[in-house]
Amino acid sequence: MARFIVRRMASAILLLFAVSIVVFAIFEVIPSYNPARAIAGRNATATTVAEVSHKFGFDKPVYVQYANTMKLIFTGQVIDYNDNLNVDSQFAQRFPVTVSLVVPAALIWLAGAVVLGSISAVRVGGLADRGLMVAAILGVSIPVFLLAAVLLYLFAFKLPWFPNTGYVPLPDNPAQWAYHLFLPWISIAILSIGFYSRVLRSNLLDMVNEDFVRTARAKGLTRRQVFNRHVLRNSLMPIVTMFGLDFAVLLGGAALVTETVFNLPGIGQYEAQAIGNLDVPPILVGAMFTAFFVVLFSAISDIVYALLDPRVRLTA
Amino acid sequence: MTEPLLNVQDLQVSFATEDGLVRAVDGVSFTLDRGEVVAIVGESGSGKSVTVMTLMGLTRSPNARFAGSARLHGGDLITASEEDLERVRGKEIAMIFQDPISSLSPVMRIGDQIAEQIRAHEKVSKAEALDRAAGLMERVGIPHARARLRAYPHEFSGGMRQRVMIAMALSLSPGVLIADEPTTALDVTVQAQILKEIGQLSSESDSGVIFVTHDLGVVADIADRVLVMYAGRLVEQGTVDEIFYDPQHPYTWGLMGSITRVDRDPPRRLPAIPGQPPSLLRVPDGCHFRPRCPHAFDRCREVPPLLSRIPESLDHLDRCWLDLADKRVMREIGGRFGLAEGDVIK
Repeated sequence: MARFIVRRMASAILLLFAVSIVVFAIFEVIPSYNPARAIAGRNATATTVAEVSHKFGFDKPVYVQYANTMKLIFTGQVIDYNDNLNVDSQFAQRFPVTVSLVVPAALIWLAGAVVLGSISAVRVGGLADRGLMVAAILGVSIPVFLLAAVLLYLFAFKLPWFPNTGYVPLPDNPAQWAYHLFLPWISIAILSIGFYSRVLRSNLLDMVNEDFVRTARAKGLTRRQVFNRHVLRNSLMPIVTMFGLDFAVLLGGAALVTETVFNLPGIGQYEAQAIGNLDVPPILVGAMFTAFFVVLFSAISDIVYALLDPRVRLTA
Repeated sequence: MTEPLLNVQDLQVSFATEDGLVRAVDGVSFTLDRGEVVAIVGESGSGKSVTVMTLMGLTRSPNARFAGSARLHGGDLITASEEDLERVRGKEIAMIFQDPISSLSPVMRIGDQIAEQIRAHEKVSKAEALDRAAGLMERVGIPHARARLRAYPHEFSGGMRQRVMIAMALSLSPGVLIADEPTTALDVTVQAQILKEIGQLSSESDSGVIFVTHDLGVVADIADRVLVMYAGRLVEQGTVDEIFYDPQHPYTWGLMGSITRVDRDPPRRLPAIPGQPPSLLRVPDGCHFRPRCPHAFDRCREVPPLLSRIPESLDHLDRCWLDLADKRVMREIGGRFGLAEGDVIK
């Protein structure tokens, strides 16, 4: 187990390093990228721009810029070019919002996928199954910006059931917190429920034909017992792996469209703005932040998988 | 005569498929008493597995059609409700399957899987069920049973897993034990041990055993009575001595002829029955074996009824129109039973 953790940590460091280099390299290649001009302002003269460029070190060689930026990031001093805010503290402030968005949404979609996938598999070929599978495809196919915008329009504007965007922190008012986040949760959940329920349904249908399910029936277990203890348990394992990855990228800010549409001041919103402004520091930090979670959650999901399936051993 | 433990009457099982109706089991009847071992022999596709799985209710599906009856303790297994079947499965009638590797859930501990069956039928605590499971594992010869309760199936060898299946099946002393080719997936040395376990345990619990196999050596070893199936039909039925020493049906002769004998020189080529079993979608009219039988004649286009044609052995039944005296001549090939090399009639 210790070897497993050490190996994962080593690969985390390598991955973060690689990600940061790639992001940095991308900005070297973008032709319209001129951060000095962006910082100096629209009406700055050439000299001002040159001064700014020198002050921020944009005239130095790439690898020196890279090293400097990395140093600033890890000492918590890196500033974004657009608003002059400390990136690390922005991330720290905004992270709870993203967590509030992502965690409950993830729970909703997991529970929903298990229920819907199970119903579909048990009544395979029936009306419920076909209906759910069509709904699942719709859920997967609808672009999130469309879904979020439509939900907002229908349920916050047309029918004033939900507030029109905004975020209320949990400690302030739990009821309002949930009330404001409800539509965003649904936006994220609908996308993933579709995909996960289809995968679960497919696994369940494969499991039903397995020999050990036949043995379980021959033992005299009720259909419910056979389903819960044998069919379902054996079908959940691939879902665990998928979930680890999806959850990780969401924590890293992948829900940026939802955050933007619903005006939730989370990491995703910050990253979206930074991308729009070609603001390198937040993008860099965001990319590494996401990479960190990806490694962490893939390790966690591997551990959970090993706990669920005794045939799997973590070390070779 | 006392009521037999299991009484199967004219069992028919068909499956509706896109290509037509597959008649997997076409009128099988037999009885089973406590303490006796009945072997069902036949090639793959003869309907033997479908027959026994139907007794357990495991062939029920939207496209399955059933007729006939299988009475156990007064209730009919074929028409029983799913709830009634769940009560009976594992308790009155239990089954051991062919492939022990895949027949146990890979994510549950062995002890829990055995205990699960006990607790499905009896109100006992988990601890007590595990206790009994350890005892059962010891009885089937698994060493360090108590420690191995916590093991997972993949930590056991094939033979051990099959022993676990046997322990599970006999845990509640069922009246009927069905063993569907339990040793086919195991090597020969383990096979001998497993057969011994089955024999011992079933006699301890006085269960009747239905043993499905294609291995005549096993039949000779353990069976009291034998049912020979071909293309969904029962073609011969009798005691093991009757079948081995006085076989009545040409298919049985072919089976006997294909066994190698230790007391003879080995033949240059193993005699095989020419041809293939018929597709169950388009069975031949009359006797199913007619196209492959070198002794077929015009009467064979009429389905031969399953009857006793031997006055001295009224329980020895067969489905063949041939005369008894003719049969006793035709079946002798080179000093042993066999099927004559002849033209295969289409």
